[in-house]
Amino acid sequence: MMLTLDTVSKSFGALTVTDGVSLSVPKGEALGIIGPNGAGKSTLFNLITGNLMVSAGRIELMGRDVTRMPAMKRVRMGVGRSFQIPQPFEGLTVFENLLTAARFGGAASHDRAVHDCAEILRRTGMLARANQLAGDLSLLDRKRLELARALATGPELLLLDEIAGGLTEGECRTLVDTIREIHAAGTTIIWIEHVLHALTSVVERLAVLDFGRLIGVGAPDEIMASREVREIYLGIEV
Amino acid sequence: MTPSDTPWRASSKTRAGTFVAILAVAVILIGLVLPGFASRRLIQDLFYILTMLTLAQIWNLLAGYGGLVSVGQQAFVGIGAYALFGAVILGGMDPMLAILLGGVAGLVLAVPMAFFAFRLHGAYFAIGTWVIAEVTRLLVAQWKALGGGTGTSLPRAATSDMIGVAQVAELFDVRTAAARDILAYWIALILAVAVIAGIYGLLRSRMGLALIAVRDNPEAAKSVGVDVRWLKWAVFLIASVATGVTGALIFLQTARISPDAAFAITDWTAYVIFIVVIGGIGTIEGPILGVLVFFLLRNSLADYGSWYLLTLGLIAILAMIFAPKGLWGLISARSGLHLFPIRRRLTGPLPERGEG
Repeated sequence: MMLTLDTVSKSFGALTVTDGVSLSVPKGEALGIIGPNGAGKSTLFNLITGNLMVSAGRIELMGRDVTRMPAMKRVRMGVGRSFQIPQPFEGLTVFENLLTAARFGGAASHDRAVHDCAEILRRTGMLARANQLAGDLSLLDRKRLELARALATGPELLLLDEIAGGLTEGECRTLVDTIREIHAAGTTIIWIEHVLHALTSVVERLAVLDFGRLIGVGAPDEIMASREVREIYLGIEV
Repeated sequence: MTPSDTPWRASSKTRAGTFVAILAVAVILIGLVLPGFASRRLIQDLFYILTMLTLAQIWNLLAGYGGLVSVGQQAFVGIGAYALFGAVILGGMDPMLAILLGGVAGLVLAVPMAFFAFRLHGAYFAIGTWVIAEVTRLLVAQWKALGGGTGTSLPRAATSDMIGVAQVAELFDVRTAAARDILAYWIALILAVAVIAGIYGLLRSRMGLALIAVRDNPEAAKSVGVDVRWLKWAVFLIASVATGVTGALIFLQTARISPDAAFAITDWTAYVIFIVVIGGIGTIEGPILGVLVFFLLRNSLADYGSWYLLTLGLIAILAMIFAPKGLWGLISARSGLHLFPIRRRLTGPLPERGEG
């Protein structure tokens, strides 16, 4: 099993943002996470990556208990992530953003890292921007950089947070193709997304979050057909 | 494809960088032989410029690269200076060797200071460092053996007999006091070069990437595997040692110390911040340019009392509004010049812009 969440909860004071979530993700799977805004999707990501620590519950990564492990160690174990709002290192170039990820997250040698970063830039369509300052990028390029930088850590588990939001249809298709390629190469993917057609064209299972609780996991068709999901997520009264 | 036959390379070499490397060696050599023909006044001025440059480079490393905006750097100048005075007056140590003790003292103070201050962020961190520096000043003022609140002087015998003074006096055929100034100037020159070279080396290393990443976005830095806590500690401790050594050297040259002078926030932090801001924060070139501007202003406005400080403040405010990247930022943006290139450029079969 790549990832196991066992009744994971997170509270900020009286507010419970993640409420007893249990979920297993086998190696090589692509899992989508959906839910309305404020359902606790990004918080769940932060708990998996270690950017936030759980209030209760247990997290296992590749059979190892990582519940109290800091974020940077989880990265080195193979957890790569993108942020919902792109968080580039603005004072570094696009290439240096990736190089930082490869040298620290991937622990590769310098020459290996340079080669890998250039290849990732090519795959994500960012090669022409390699030597541009990340702070000068457009939104689309910032999103591409998020994906590219996450890949540079050499992830076995890749967490993508609304990476397709705000993109045009054409841009979205290109992105989906890239994600499919990454998945086909054996990387386990967990993807939070509101652009459902993009999501369902890649993932094998969908998980639905509402008010921090996991209210359903299953094949995308089944989930989308579920009355509860349609009511909660799509706001359709059935 | 293995990395050895990959067409991709990362390079930070620029033509200007090579030119500057040659120029730097020339400046250092001229700097070393300068006491042979320069006046004592010039040597003293250069000593001041070099020590302020060193402090500015260190503060720039902390704030401009590490994101640690400390306004308590005077604590390390003061504790370094007092360590030297303590070792010389109470321990009978040679002042030259005692300079190194300044670094040790800086390190010893930095550990508890970081322990408390690292729990604070942003403006609170800045205030925290200031408060700790004030507490240190008040504690040192209780040290009766070193003159308490009024301070003390280094014994004349200790400074006259210190390592190297006799040889320098003989070499340049000058009196002991002038020889002491030359010696202090040489150490200041070596220290400034070592600090700049050290920071430059650091920024070009793997740690340099991490530093800028942490400054720009600590959460994202964690998410790519950077140990943010370790990095901040490392930078803070390195800066504290270097500031402690500089503090010891500054007060060895004046040979007189008091808590108010050694822990002066204006002299050792406010001026230093001015130098970095006016020159350009987050660049090595900035503080070099900044210290020259500061020195010229200081000399031309020295007779105007409080107007001097008001003018400095006004210039700093104007610089922050109209040239937030400082004078070097303006020059660099127009000319594309980088005298200390740290950016790693990817070279290889890159497509044209727009091809993607």
